[in-house]
Amino acid sequence: MDIVTETPTNLPPEKGAGIIGIHGVTKRFPGVIAIDDVSLTFHPGEVHVLLGENGAGKSTLVGILAGLQEPDEGYLSLNGQKTRLSSPSASLDAGISTVFQHSVLVPTLTVLENLTLGAPWYERPPRDRIAARMAELKNEFALSLPLDAITGELSLGQQQQIEIARALLRDSKVLILDEATSMLTPQGAEELGARMQKLVKSGLAVIFITHKLAEAYRFGNRISVLKQGALAGQMGPEQIGSMSEDQAIDEIVRMMFGREAATTSNTHRESTARDEVVLQVEGLTTPGDADVMGLEDISLTLRAGEILGVAGIDGNGQKQMAEAVAGQLPVTSGRVMLDGEDISKATVAHRRRRGLRYLTDDRLEEGSVAAFPVSENTVLKDIGQPPFWVNGLERPQRIAQHAREMIANFSVRTPSETTPIGRLSGGNIQKVLLGRELHGEARVVVFNKPTYGLDLQNIDTSRQRISEIAERGLGVVLISTDLDELMALSDRILVMEGGRIRGIVDNDGSGEALRLRIGRMMAGEEEHKQASA
Amino acid sequence: MTMEDDIKTASADAGTNPADAATPAAERSTFQRILTVTVGPIVAAFVLSAIILMLVGVNPLTYYGYILERSLFSGLGLQQTATRMAPLLFLSASLIIAFRAGIWNLGTDGQFLLGAVISAATAPLLVGVLPGWALLLIGFVLAALVGAVWSVIPALLKAYQGVNEIITTLMMSFLGVLMASTLVKLVFRDPTTTVPQTRTLPVEDRLPRLFETSISSGLIWGLVAVLLVHLMMTRTAFGLRLRMVGANPAAAAHAGLSVPLLTMATFGLSAGFAGMAGASEILGVAGNVRANWDPAYGLMVIPLVFLARFHGVGAIVLVFFYSALMIGSESAARRLGVPQDFTLVLVASLLICLGLGEFIDQRKRKKER
Repeated sequence: MDIVTETPTNLPPEKGAGIIGIHGVTKRFPGVIAIDDVSLTFHPGEVHVLLGENGAGKSTLVGILAGLQEPDEGYLSLNGQKTRLSSPSASLDAGISTVFQHSVLVPTLTVLENLTLGAPWYERPPRDRIAARMAELKNEFALSLPLDAITGELSLGQQQQIEIARALLRDSKVLILDEATSMLTPQGAEELGARMQKLVKSGLAVIFITHKLAEAYRFGNRISVLKQGALAGQMGPEQIGSMSEDQAIDEIVRMMFGREAATTSNTHRESTARDEVVLQVEGLTTPGDADVMGLEDISLTLRAGEILGVAGIDGNGQKQMAEAVAGQLPVTSGRVMLDGEDISKATVAHRRRRGLRYLTDDRLEEGSVAAFPVSENTVLKDIGQPPFWVNGLERPQRIAQHAREMIANFSVRTPSETTPIGRLSGGNIQKVLLGRELHGEARVVVFNKPTYGLDLQNIDTSRQRISEIAERGLGVVLISTDLDELMALSDRILVMEGGRIRGIVDNDGSGEALRLRIGRMMAGEEEHKQASA
Repeated sequence: MTMEDDIKTASADAGTNPADAATPAAERSTFQRILTVTVGPIVAAFVLSAIILMLVGVNPLTYYGYILERSLFSGLGLQQTATRMAPLLFLSASLIIAFRAGIWNLGTDGQFLLGAVISAATAPLLVGVLPGWALLLIGFVLAALVGAVWSVIPALLKAYQGVNEIITTLMMSFLGVLMASTLVKLVFRDPTTTVPQTRTLPVEDRLPRLFETSISSGLIWGLVAVLLVHLMMTRTAFGLRLRMVGANPAAAAHAGLSVPLLTMATFGLSAGFAGMAGASEILGVAGNVRANWDPAYGLMVIPLVFLARFHGVGAIVLVFFYSALMIGSESAARRLGVPQDFTLVLVASLLICLGLGEFIDQRKRKKER
């Protein structure tokens, strides 16, 4: 765990010889085989992309390499030697550093303190040495970090840089980045891609876990595709080099699904909008502060059967708008009308019963109660309502039956309806939440990033469901950061920036021209873009 | 996440507590698990305490013999044990509500004593004015109200300002204990006695005794309270709302629940039951409150409720066990000269051993995964 700063990281890349190998590894969890007989070799000087759907076994593989879990069968090798990584410190000692999907920094400590965590307790933090190394790293990898800043005040992108810097200060040989781009802006992701290439040029092996196909092609030297725990295929550097992005993506999709990508088509759905207005929002304004962006004068009209897309860089007030409409966020002024009735004063529960549904994007922290079984989670928004409760008394059989139906209808993968929902993968939790919002008499559904983090097949199904909902005559507000999704589904697209509506455009199918118009509105003023980065 | 995890294992492991021993364990044999989490630790605790007894020159077999004989095998002892259970059961009910709803009400001692004082202050005055049942009912209701009122400040601070209730309830508890004593000395003092204490409720006006024994019917009400609370928390919509607020307030707000109001309700109910615990002791057994009286039952019950994993039936079993220990050791202390506080040594070693048992069980299960 010592931070050794003397040895240079610039080892010559040893091509051909793998630094870590995974040999016939199998890992089982109750009811599920997470990894099934997977063998992989990771080489220095390469960005090795592990690609797979949710629940394909990527996270388990990371856990094994990071020393959090040990394989049930098979073994690991380090520089050709059979080895065991029985704890996170064993993994670190072996030169493997992991940057997890969710930051593991201490937000109240300074950057310097975070960098020196794990050093022996009797040493003073070697500030000068670290400052000198950071200066080097800044030149080599464009990592620029204010050492005395409080970590929690930095952006997510910068926090990720701290974790990468920490790995480099440890002189790691292998750097694992788990879903590292999921919290970055597109621009931040590009920067990370460039940084990864610099890192591997200096002799590191980088393992990059993602479920985004384009990133795999753009950032990776070698791509391994996992499918339901097994290795579905691999593409070496030569193969990737010889392909265009579209060719590579087709090939990857073929490996992942055994079918051609049908979802990436640009055809957008037939409008099913009717004349009748179901939701009207007038001049909605909410208080904002340094942490929460306020809304300013949000007005929109939604007709039955219409899908209104909401575009914008994440964190520009989309969530606040959804919460204000759903009644979760107190407003300073403005009105919300559902079917012509003013519901501005109504509670969340009342709005839900009237047919206004809101599917949150924060599945774990807001949408579900992790410790509760799947069955209870399916009815959390209907507590006390028949048929699940009669006179306030729970009817467990009825709830279990309802949960089993939902599990079947939405193909939720879970050992049973009694499993705590926190043990399910994100995609499966999302399916439960989707089922919960669609239950009963809905009039308007507000979707906040409904397909975020889902695998391709589920994205496909979810989008179909959203179309069907609109066809049935419900109004849909679709908040998404995926412009393709909005352009494929929406009748109109509303663009938010800085808590305001920058414009509402008709989705006229004009393709690239429309995309550019929306992109310019999303960018808004430059400082807002920076703030949300 | 840690507390959620605890609760998750708590609900998943309901089968490990002695009351539910019939539920089959998932992996290892039920027998082995019972051995690790209950029987083993209990035996270990008695062995540990025996060693300490031998070190101070007392024959542990004689000591344990007295405890068993006095608390369980003598008719009078068993009756005393059963009577002692009443306030502990009400307190268990109080804590089951709070803990299942994710609220750490550690102020039950203050709520208990204030409830006791108010019932001791009013009940004797009403003798002859109202029929017996009404007198007792008023005593209990007033005690519940006063207990609940004493939790209003921590409840408001928690619900609307997010102030940690562990600290505020503990502070209010100290104030409550002192307040109770002050009230006895200054306001509710019985003018006919020299020792500062409240007026005494005549024995015939107290809670009726069961059959021909000396067991107070407070025991029955305590059992009813625990079972009702258990059913409320696990089987009703209201209970699920409380649990949801405790497990994930953000999700509760998202589902349209009023987190502040439900938090207030949790405090009110929990403190109300703590107040009723006080009333059950006064109206059932003691008849009056002496100044500086503080049995500190509230803090004693906390580990029992935890070991029962917030399960009502488990809590009843543990409360019975604990009452027997208290009654038995009181007389064993008198006969053998072992200080009465030795019960605490025994209880402490029991808690440590039970905790170790849990730890070993968790590790074994982790290995099996």
